[in-house]
Amino acid sequence: MMKINTPKKKRVLRELEKRAPKLVETGKKTLILQGLKTSNVLNSVLKEIYHLKRDSSVRYTRKNDNIRPFESGGETSLEFFSQKTDCSIFVYGNTSKKRPDNIVIGRTYDHQIYDLVEVGVENFKPMESFKYDKKLAPMVGSKPFITFAGEGFESIDELKHLKEVLLDLFRGEVVESLSLVGLDRVYVVTAVSSDRVFLTHCAVRLKKSGSVVPRIELVEVGPSMDLVVRRHRLPNESLRKEAMRISTDGLKKKIKNVVGDSIQGKIGKIYMPDQKIGEMALPNKAKGVKRERREAKLKHSEHAAKKRKEDGAD
Amino acid sequence: MEAENQIQVDLGHLLAFDPYHHFASPPKSREDLVTECLRAGTKLVQAITDGLFNLSATEAIEGPLVKLPKPTTRLPREKHLPRPKPPTKWEMFAKSKGIQKRKKNKVLWDEQTDSWKRSYGYDRVNDDADVPIIEAKMTDEPGSDPFAKRKEEKKKRVEKTEKNRLQNLKQAAKVGALPSHVQLAATALPITGTQAAPKKITKDELGNVAGLAATATASGGKFDKKVAGEKAVKHQGKHRKFLPAAEGSGMGNREKEQTDKVLSKLMARNSHEILNVGKAVSMYNVKKQRDGRNQKGRSSFDSSSKLKPNGKPMKGDKKSPYQKSRKGGSHGGGASRKGKVD
Repeated sequence: MMKINTPKKKRVLRELEKRAPKLVETGKKTLILQGLKTSNVLNSVLKEIYHLKRDSSVRYTRKNDNIRPFESGGETSLEFFSQKTDCSIFVYGNTSKKRPDNIVIGRTYDHQIYDLVEVGVENFKPMESFKYDKKLAPMVGSKPFITFAGEGFESIDELKHLKEVLLDLFRGEVVESLSLVGLDRVYVVTAVSSDRVFLTHCAVRLKKSGSVVPRIELVEVGPSMDLVVRRHRLPNESLRKEAMRISTDGLKKKIKNVVGDSIQGKIGKIYMPDQKIGEMALPNKAKGVKRERREAKLKHSEHAAKKRKEDGAD
Repeated sequence: MEAENQIQVDLGHLLAFDPYHHFASPPKSREDLVTECLRAGTKLVQAITDGLFNLSATEAIEGPLVKLPKPTTRLPREKHLPRPKPPTKWEMFAKSKGIQKRKKNKVLWDEQTDSWKRSYGYDRVNDDADVPIIEAKMTDEPGSDPFAKRKEEKKKRVEKTEKNRLQNLKQAAKVGALPSHVQLAATALPITGTQAAPKKITKDELGNVAGLAATATASGGKFDKKVAGEKAVKHQGKHRKFLPAAEGSGMGNREKEQTDKVLSKLMARNSHEILNVGKAVSMYNVKKQRDGRNQKGRSSFDSSSKLKPNGKPMKGDKKSPYQKSRKGGSHGGGASRKGKVD
């Protein structure tokens, strides 16, 4: 026996609708959590990432024992949390002797682990250590510029993967229109060597220039760190194909052979297939139309006329 | 300039990527590294703003508003694409009959109270329960309560619609297209005994069980909803073949063959002949041929095919096609010998 459960409160209904799968997705929520052992550096890193993504992230401050993202059984907790908080990117920090100041950035698809990147944090400078004019401080939740520089991002697998994951992590809400006044931050990511990446967060200053396009000036404001790529796990091919699917409903259907403007209206071209007239069978053979019969008739009438003449003559 | 075009800009994501950037010399100190990176970053952000400010902008209260183009880099989705809801039983029926949806009004004019009343819900038009007097019909038996009867009927109707709604939702849940605000909960737990290890079922066994289950239904499994990829129910038991209704009278005339077969069987059973002369003659001929051939073949057996220039064996070396009839002949002969002698 089954029972149909629908929410009794409108608030619950609204939450459920927000979590339902949508045709066009508007940005992923991030879950920030930590493992059994964290260092000071790691704590501040996680705190700063949380502050950078304030409105769209959830921070768990308790220690979690059984999370081992790269092991086959250790992902269940992460998947459960992803389901509970409706977060599809997670940042998991942990420190060990072998991997000091370790961060695992992972993504989920349908609350199942999609891919993982493990990086170590070095040379971390927190937001407080930067001195700058407070007027330039970027607003919370503004859409950032994201820049990647370096040939490593194209040639090396791990860096390519890291680029995609960082883009997903740092891009804000997916919006259709953007106010040009609210552009005030940028994440600058540079590939320093084959496994090291320099990440920094800067404020953007738009200065007057001669043309419509303003001149850009960057002022370092936010955390800056070196990320050393340690391990990564790419998604398996079938899952990747599924996750990259686009629905074809929204795409406009091409209408061929139709042109139009406001003066003439809609003009279309109709292509007629070749009507093989020569090979068509005539519908009915009217007796009087056939040439042979016509000629024969003529001859007969001539003959008859001749004969009558002769008879008449005789 | 050529160098400018090499920066890949994705305006939809406000993303810029310079794949040709490299450090001319490894930076000596941290500050050098930072300044070099900031310089590269500035260049890239400049490239993005170049593109951004050249888009057509509309004026809003805060400032210019720009419509961003679609992003070029594809990122994986976080959830699956929403699955289309399967049509409900009523929708399928309406489609097959060609019934169109009609727009209904929310308020209707109520004649009795001369006011606009809602068509459903509290204080509605034509409420079934509001009727004060129900006239008795000839078919009504005395002592039955028509009001109670109306209540019963309404209850039954509601139960039926609820059951249909549950079935529709179950169908949607099977496909994975349950609406987000609905959850189906089991009210009774399934009866479980000891946890026996699940035994491996082969594909054939599963098919057989499915077939059995299908034929156990009232209509023999014909109208069961099939899962995607499921084949039709296999028909167990004898398959009867019937002769076609109309057939020509040529060589393959099956009816003629059937009757001939029956006739020959009857004739053979009731014939008093001990010996089938025709068969005996052919048997004798075949035996003679084969003996002759064997003698000939054995002497030149090894060199028969090798002497021939093409290496082809001699024509008569093929296996005798009469061997089969020989066997049959002996059997037939035996059978005819077994025939009763009066």
